[in-house]
Amino acid sequence: MTNPSPNLQPLVLVVDDYDDAREMYAEYLEYSGFRVAQARNGQEALDQAFALVPDIILMDLSLPVIDGWEATRQLKKDDRTRTIPVVALTGHALTGQSDEARGAGCDSFVTKPCLPDELVTEVRNLLAQRAVAATR
Amino acid sequence: MASPAPLSTAHATSADARLALAEQLLTCDAAQDCARAVVEWLVVHAPAPAVACLTRDEPGGRLGCLASAGLSEAQHVALTEGPDADTEHPLAEVLTQAVPCFFPPERALIPIPGTGGLFAVPLGREGASPVGLLLIWVNGPTLPSEVAWVAAHAGPYLAKQVTSGPLGLGGGALFRHIIDAVTDPVLLTDLDGRLRLANARAESLLVASPDASDGRKRAVHLNQRVFTTAVASTARGPVPGVSWREIPLVDPSEGLDLLFELVGTRVYAPDGREAMVSVLRNVTDLGRATQALGESYRRLRATEREARSERHRLDRVLDSVADPIILSSPSGGAVMMNEPAEKLFTSSTEGGRAAQRRVRSNDAVFSSFLANLLDTGGGPRWRAQLNLVDPTSGGTRPMEAVATKVLGDGGELTGIVTLFQDRGEAMEKARLLERLKEVSTLLEARVQVATAELAEQNEKLRRQAIQLEQASAAKSQFLANMSHEFRTPLNAILGYTNMLLQGVSGELTPIQRRNLTRIDSNGRHLLEVINEILDITRIEAGRMPLHLSDFGIPELLQEVMAEMDPIIVRSKLAVSTHLGAKLPQVHSDRQKMKQVVLNLLSNALKFTHEGSVRVSAECATPSSLLTISVTDTGIGIDPAYQEKIFEDFQQVDSSPTRAYGGTGLGLSICRRLADMLGGRVTLQSIPGQGSTFTLHFPRRPRRT
Repeated sequence: MTNPSPNLQPLVLVVDDYDDAREMYAEYLEYSGFRVAQARNGQEALDQAFALVPDIILMDLSLPVIDGWEATRQLKKDDRTRTIPVVALTGHALTGQSDEARGAGCDSFVTKPCLPDELVTEVRNLLAQRAVAATR
Repeated sequence: MASPAPLSTAHATSADARLALAEQLLTCDAAQDCARAVVEWLVVHAPAPAVACLTRDEPGGRLGCLASAGLSEAQHVALTEGPDADTEHPLAEVLTQAVPCFFPPERALIPIPGTGGLFAVPLGREGASPVGLLLIWVNGPTLPSEVAWVAAHAGPYLAKQVTSGPLGLGGGALFRHIIDAVTDPVLLTDLDGRLRLANARAESLLVASPDASDGRKRAVHLNQRVFTTAVASTARGPVPGVSWREIPLVDPSEGLDLLFELVGTRVYAPDGREAMVSVLRNVTDLGRATQALGESYRRLRATEREARSERHRLDRVLDSVADPIILSSPSGGAVMMNEPAEKLFTSSTEGGRAAQRRVRSNDAVFSSFLANLLDTGGGPRWRAQLNLVDPTSGGTRPMEAVATKVLGDGGELTGIVTLFQDRGEAMEKARLLERLKEVSTLLEARVQVATAELAEQNEKLRRQAIQLEQASAAKSQFLANMSHEFRTPLNAILGYTNMLLQGVSGELTPIQRRNLTRIDSNGRHLLEVINEILDITRIEAGRMPLHLSDFGIPELLQEVMAEMDPIIVRSKLAVSTHLGAKLPQVHSDRQKMKQVVLNLLSNALKFTHEGSVRVSAECATPSSLLTISVTDTGIGIDPAYQEKIFEDFQQVDSSPTRAYGGTGLGLSICRRLADMLGGRVTLQSIPGQGSTFTLHFPRRPRRT
């Protein structure tokens, strides 16, 4: 399910309805050497994920059309996308959201504001964990 | 004992002859007649040549011859001159021994030729000492049976008549009868109390025959002693004449105590000697009667006293009744009235004429009322409304009068009791009650209004409480939303700044770098503020539950020091950690405790320019609270601000140009977190010298 070409950099799907934040992360991820795809809502996120099968998805939870939790649940239900790590992003820091996010199938949870370099570090960690898991 | 036994009746003369003698004796009034009859009868029936009858008037007294037959004049005189009692005369011995005695011819006092000797037979009442002797000259020493019979039969008669003594001479028997008929004991004694004459009643008290019972003898002896003493003392009295005294005697037959009044009179006996006539009057019954009378009198007095006190009590009772009461006679006149009634129906002197007129008016009203009652006749009760007048004030006293007839045992009218009840007071009471009811109704209405208002207020308060709750929830939601809305742009600001500083868009000039750094720094501060507001909001919204776990304080402090290490290094202060002995494991919320300590340490580092910061953990006793203190040598806090700094957004210097950064929410959060842990944060500080913030907390929070 991982990108078959080893020369290709990992593909990151960034989902966020707030353009500035999405584009900022996309820019920094590309700057950091990743390939980046973007989606503005849950439905786009699902379409992109099924079409591109990214290596990792950064999912804002408050999204129009289909929200981040629902989108994550659907991704985790589908065989094509089940194994893709999902990192939940939220500005709502109230207790319960992280639990709910994990319940929906998110593999990690990041509270905004999250500096681009910290987010990249988190992405690299998750991909490394997955690589270790895959080699076993 | 005087019976000369054994008396044989073998040669009895005819019973007729004996009967004749007995009849003759019954008719005898005097001893002499009696003696003569006996002597004559014996001469014929014994038969004997000579017979004589001698008597003495008192024991130990002289013997005198009462009658004789067959004796010469000279012999008779010799006998009459008689043997003297003082001399030791053989006849006296016979009297003493009281048994018939035979004197042979040679010893016979008056020898009569042809006779075989003389028999001396004692005469007297059986049981008493002999009063005389029957001398009979016989042919041989055998007592003729007729003699014995006569002695036994005539003895008592003779004794009865002889004891009359000298007085009995001539009409003595009558006298004897008379004094025997006296029921009181009558005695003649000498001045020493020696008995010379006693009537039958006296004898029964003072004389005991030798064969009497021991009890009787003792009683008589006792009586004699008492009597003798009394008489002797009377006789010794200074004034001759009549004297009275009381003497207690014993009834010899019944053994009862008797009380006698002794009336003694000194008289001269016929022999010229002084004697004492004593009359005893039985006052035993009189004494008892006196006693009974005294008792009756005492009872009478007690009854009278009781009656008096009863009457007094009745008066008191009547007076204590506040309502007037009058007891009237059947004719309508007042018999008795209590004090309240007196106030209405009697005029006091100081009342003046007006009062008297009012009293008369009251009297008239009452009389007419009574007349009504008496006229109606039938009913036992009569009730009417009387308008009386107060004599003193002249005010009207409307009274209800209830008269009741008092009937005697026979149903006859003995009195009328009238009770008055002051209607004025009742009317006043009724008026007051009415007024009270009005006021009460008014009050009730007011209370209802007040209650309604209160309910309304309560409802308002309840709504307000709900609104407040909603507002609070809205506030929390608002803050949560706001923090989100702040974070989203802040995320972009901080993110791009971060990227620029990393040179994503190419190298920066020093000025650009400096300015970007300021944007970054302010952005971070803003983020800090937002985070802390969010913390407070979460605590207040109850969205920050306790996560309890077991952990050690040393490890916790080590972690805090490690986290703060970059700042500590930068501060160049001497920061040290001190752990008290025997610090126990705690069961609490590690994250919150750490947040508090971090905050306190961060503050200490911020407000201390030189010197040291010391973090120490202590546990005084196993049961007491644990403490973690952060002591610095910083600027200190003015006492006026020591409370204030724990409030939201408060710093000692809140001016826009303040020297120290920070949100002013740190201590406020610390206070809230400490409270959640069941503890508190305290402060000791001296401005310019430093501060010590201490977190006190239990080993495990009470609420879990």
